[in-house]
Amino acid sequence: MSTQPIASQPLGLPRKPSRTNAVRRTAANYIVSGLAILATLLVLAPLAAILFYLVYKGARSLNLAFFTHVPAPVGEEGGGMANAIVGSGIILILASFFGIPIGIAAGVYLAEFGGGKMLGNAVRFTADVLNGVPSIVMGISIYSLVVIQQKHFSALAGGIALGIMMIPTVTRTTEEMLATVPHAIREAALGLGVPKWRTILSVSLRTASPGIITGCMLAFARVAGETAPLLFTALGNQFWSVKLNQPIAALPLQIFAYATGPYDEWHRLAWAGALVLIALIMVSVTLVRIYANRGVLKGGS
Amino acid sequence: MTTEREPGSLLPMPPAISQPAAAPPPDDAAPSVIRSFLNQRGSGRAADNSFAALMLLCACSIFLIVLFIFVILILRSHLSLAQFGWKFFTRQAWDPVSGDFGALPFIYGTLVTSLLALLMAVPLALGVAIFLTELCPRPLRGPISFLTELLAAIPSVVYGLWAVFILVPLMRDVVGPFLYKTLGWTGFFEGSNFGVGILTAGIILAIMILPIISSLTRDIMTAVPNSQREAALALGATKWEMIRIGVLRNSRIGIVGAVMLGLGRALGETMAVTMVIGNHAEINKSLFAPGNTLASVIAGEFSEATGDLYLSALIEIGLALFLVTIVVNAIARLMVWAVTRGAPSRVA
Repeated sequence: MSTQPIASQPLGLPRKPSRTNAVRRTAANYIVSGLAILATLLVLAPLAAILFYLVYKGARSLNLAFFTHVPAPVGEEGGGMANAIVGSGIILILASFFGIPIGIAAGVYLAEFGGGKMLGNAVRFTADVLNGVPSIVMGISIYSLVVIQQKHFSALAGGIALGIMMIPTVTRTTEEMLATVPHAIREAALGLGVPKWRTILSVSLRTASPGIITGCMLAFARVAGETAPLLFTALGNQFWSVKLNQPIAALPLQIFAYATGPYDEWHRLAWAGALVLIALIMVSVTLVRIYANRGVLKGGS
Repeated sequence: MTTEREPGSLLPMPPAISQPAAAPPPDDAAPSVIRSFLNQRGSGRAADNSFAALMLLCACSIFLIVLFIFVILILRSHLSLAQFGWKFFTRQAWDPVSGDFGALPFIYGTLVTSLLALLMAVPLALGVAIFLTELCPRPLRGPISFLTELLAAIPSVVYGLWAVFILVPLMRDVVGPFLYKTLGWTGFFEGSNFGVGILTAGIILAIMILPIISSLTRDIMTAVPNSQREAALALGATKWEMIRIGVLRNSRIGIVGAVMLGLGRALGETMAVTMVIGNHAEINKSLFAPGNTLASVIAGEFSEATGDLYLSALIEIGLALFLVTIVVNAIARLMVWAVTRGAPSRVA
């Protein structure tokens, strides 16, 4: 940082190193460093603000009724989001059921079979592109595909939409984690005469499992808060429902409905719901990060 | 397909190896180790091939999903495609009652909000990335990048909630009047300021795409070899000159790619924008004016869309959004890949 100006004389240019030049360069250095620090603080500010308000506004409204009651009729006090919490759980289990096996299998293909091939590259590229498809587009396609066929909104449709959104993340992390498994371990198994499919299942996947679990949890946490795809698939429900072929309540949907509604009581519940949702996501992400950093394979980037 | 349910503990010893599904069931009367080993080898090839085929099928399902989305969106929007053709994207009308639809106001809203978001997010994200890779003391590096990535983990609807109750009043009472007083003469900050509108949507979008851009930029800058930095420093560069010459110049393609990935996210972001943009199909120069984006009009009107043409028009907007984000993401991915070849790219 404290560079001597004498050292910076350019080749072939008989220019005397000037004092002002050094001052200018050092000043630029400090200004940019300051700006970078300022930018970091500015970025952390909204995070702090959001977390502060979530706790400040949400914690006051959290009570037992929130977790055990279904929403009260409009205009009445009280009520909770029990149906939304359970509904979210059901949709997420369905999503994991659809998304995780396909995602892991595709990751296995990329890492173990099609790594360098054209097809492998194409799959990898498509997965990355699929990751960027807006969630609302996923919502209307699953609406067009499932809901119109079934003729009603359903938990199943919501699960499919979220499951598809999980696939790219699971695939890419599985591939990356399998790539870190040393070849010697695979060769040892193969050398014992273990068939390749068995080697992949019991040796490669097992060794990489902490990282793969990380990927699954990250995908899970990502879709847990998704609202847009559920608007036209699960639709939401003010009443208790656990049927897979019926509209079902979900936490993000309920937050959206309550936040945009006109009643203070609803706003209160929306903040509490958001606090619960964010706690769920933060806890899973944090646990995963700690778990991944402690494991042999570094999962977090 | 289910890979979690594994019998056996560590490395599978030959006797622990179960028969593949295709093979006849082994007699459990304690076959010798060697015999089961030999059985295993004979049936292995068929099992191997079917396993590989299954994995390939799952991998190809990713293609199928993208293809499926595309086909289904075209099928469901054919009414509107047939009725308006290409003009759909240049027409300003949006009148569900008389069945007159055009997407221009939403294209305008999407472009302006995304542009505003990029203008705010890119310098900040670059600053964060520079700070994290070059300036930050090592012990702080992990926690700070973790915190910025927490921003990415907050769901869109929670951003929306926060924006509706905290950011909107702030914009209405403090930021808006200030902008009107200082920059009102430009014409961008005119008209009634309700707090909701294009500017607020742009700000919330900026907050949402920041972590994506900054974490990717950080990955890209980390991929620059240290010898570049050392060379610049050895020539007597200050730290900033080292960053500019040695790091930024080498990673500019990747950084552009990261910015485009952020743009892709901003174009398709739905819930938070829907909650604060005001939802009004209108083109207005003022950034205080309410607007609508491609994504927010779908979210706002899809469930109320009565009539096939109305629904079809909304799905055509979805189709446009799908194609645009695919193109933007594809280009961005290629750019990022060109720089961080082999390095993991984790965008949640």
